[in-house]
Parts: sequence; C-alpha cells; structure tokens
Amino acid sequence: MPVENLNVFEDDFWSINELLNQLLKNTNSLAVLLIDKAGQLITTAGDISQLDTTSFASLSAADFAATSQLAMLVGEKEFSTLFHQGEKQNIYVASIESRVMLAVIFDQRTTLGLVRVRTKQTVAELIKMFQAIFAKLEETPPPPPLSGSNFGSDFASEAESELDNLFK
Amino acid sequence: MSLINYSSREINCKIVYYGCGLCGKTTNIKHIYTKVAPEAKGKLISLATELDRTLFFDFLPLDLGSIKGFKTRFHLYTVPGQVFYNASRKLILRGVDGVVFVADSQVERLEANVESMANLQDNMTEYGLNIQTIPFIIQYNKRDLPNIASVDELRGQLNKFNSPEIEAVAHQGYGVFETLKSVAKMVLKNLS
Repeated sequence: MPVENLNVFEDDFWSINELLNQLLKNTNSLAVLLIDKAGQLITTAGDISQLDTTSFASLSAADFAATSQLAMLVGEKEFSTLFHQGEKQNIYVASIESRVMLAVIFDQRTTLGLVRVRTKQTVAELIKMFQAIFAKLEETPPPPPLSGSNFGSDFASEAESELDNLFK
Repeated sequence: MSLINYSSREINCKIVYYGCGLCGKTTNIKHIYTKVAPEAKGKLISLATELDRTLFFDFLPLDLGSIKGFKTRFHLYTVPGQVFYNASRKLILRGVDGVVFVADSQVERLEANVESMANLQDNMTEYGLNIQTIPFIIQYNKRDLPNIASVDELRGQLNKFNSPEIEAVAHQGYGVFETLKSVAKMVLKNLS
C-alpha cells in the first residue's frame, strides 16, 4: 500500500464543507464529521460543542479499521457502513474511497432510513471530489508540506522551542 | 501521514509506541499524561482489558500550540504488545509519522523484543513504510531492574540501522520526555 497523502487545500476544503452542511440540513442530524482512516479529523458540520472530536475521530477510525478486518475474515472486502444505536443518539459511519470516513450523529428527530439514503448520496459526491483531489495530487505532487517562504527552518526551530515548553 | 489542513490551519501528526507485551508503552503515555499541563493535553483513552493490558490502543492527543499560525498537535498511540493482537497492531500503524520502539531491557525479554522488532518491520512494510526512512527511535526501558542486558547487547540485537536510542525507566519518568521530544523533533523536521 503506498503512503497516503491527504493534505487539504482551501478550495477543496470549502466545497467539502458545503456538502457536509447540506447533508446535515437534509437529514436533520446533529453533527457530521469527516475523518481520515488514520484517525485525524478533517472537518465537521453542525453542533460539536459538546463533543470531544479528537477522541471521536480516533475511536471511529479504530472502530472502522477493526470492522474492516472482521469483514475480510468472513470474505467481504469491506463493510462499507457502520451503525451504532443508542437510547437517544445514534452514529452512522460510511467509508469513502477507503481513505476517509463520514460519520453522522443523529437523534430521534430524524430516521436511520433518511440518514442512510442522504449519506449515500453525499458519499457519492465526496468520492468524485476526492478522486479529483487525488488525481490532482498525482499530477502535481505538492511541495514538502510546510516549505516555502513562510516556513522552512523557522518552523522547525519554533516547533522545537514549543516542544521544550511542553515538557517543562 | 501527517494531516495538514490549510484552511483551518492545523497540523496533526501521529506517533506510535511499539514493543513487546509489558515493555512499558502504556507507562510512557501515562507518565506524559500526568506531567503535561492540562491545557496542552486531551483525554487519555485506554482500550484495555480488566487486568489493564492494552486490548486495542491507548490514545493521547497533545497540543503544541500555534506554530507559524498552524495549530500543531501530536496524537500518541500505543499498540497492544501481546503477540496474538497483531491484527490490531497493524491497524494502529496506519498513517503513522513517527515510531518509538520500547524495548524491555530484561535479559529474559530479549527474544520477545527481537520478535516485536521483526513484527514492526513486517507491519510497516505493508504500509510501504520503513524504519530507516521514517522518524524512529529505540527506548531501552526498565534500566533500573537488576537482570538487564547491557545497552551494547540490546543495540546488537535490536538497533540494526543505527537509529537514535535512549535509556529509560518509564515508571519513574526517566527518559520518557527525552524519547518523545526526540521523535517529535524528527517528525516536525520532516514537515519543514
């Protein structure tokens, strides 16, 4: 498996955000989170003020990864969606191009059926978008992430002093 | 794979602590958790068995603050060390930016260390990664115990590629920050 590159640029980011906001509205759900499979949060829509999004992203990635392995054990390539049902809130997670996942958190103000259908549509749109992003990255490989006039050695030295502060 | 979000101006890097069962991976993370200022750390998540053995992983997000306008975070993970949890170990390595190999210095654990190192290399190969090219450090832990192998002996068995190495006594905190700091610096250097 090649090393994955998923640096998010501004234009793509806003288009993705717009899609997530549409999904949020169309499903009447509480929050929508886009997470990469390494467990890092890419972006969100909706009210996440009460949610520890860092933990959420890390645990859903692990959850999805474990489920994918379970799928392989029974001869499936992947279980493309996951659903966790709670008393008040539920989580629906869908895979996008095996690199990214979309998690929808919803309650009784909507239904699983609606979330499933609308998420499927959004996933199809996001797949197109990510394919375009990946194609773009292959055509013109990005420079080292933080190179350029604003970064370079300055970044490294500033980061080092922050690291020293962290462990004081 | 660090995730750099140019729009929300965030950089997230993933560091994984690897090693055989009971070598002190979780002890490293727990020590960091207790010593880092509250505003710089997130919640420590431990997916462990009732006997406190890591079942899936431990996870600790660390916030480095804003560097050149980018909010920079490290996500620290441990893997379950026990041999039969290899499927889980492999999953945790996905998207890793830097690896700390925690070696148990006790003579009787030498073979387990060697096996774990080979397992790390196998699992990394599956992701197209290599310990010679990504930020990688070896921590010789439990240096306070009486029945330990010499650093030379450990080096001969485990450090084939002359990677950076640090001696530690994780339960007392010796070497814990030095290890993290070294690997974190290597990861950040890779970005710039």
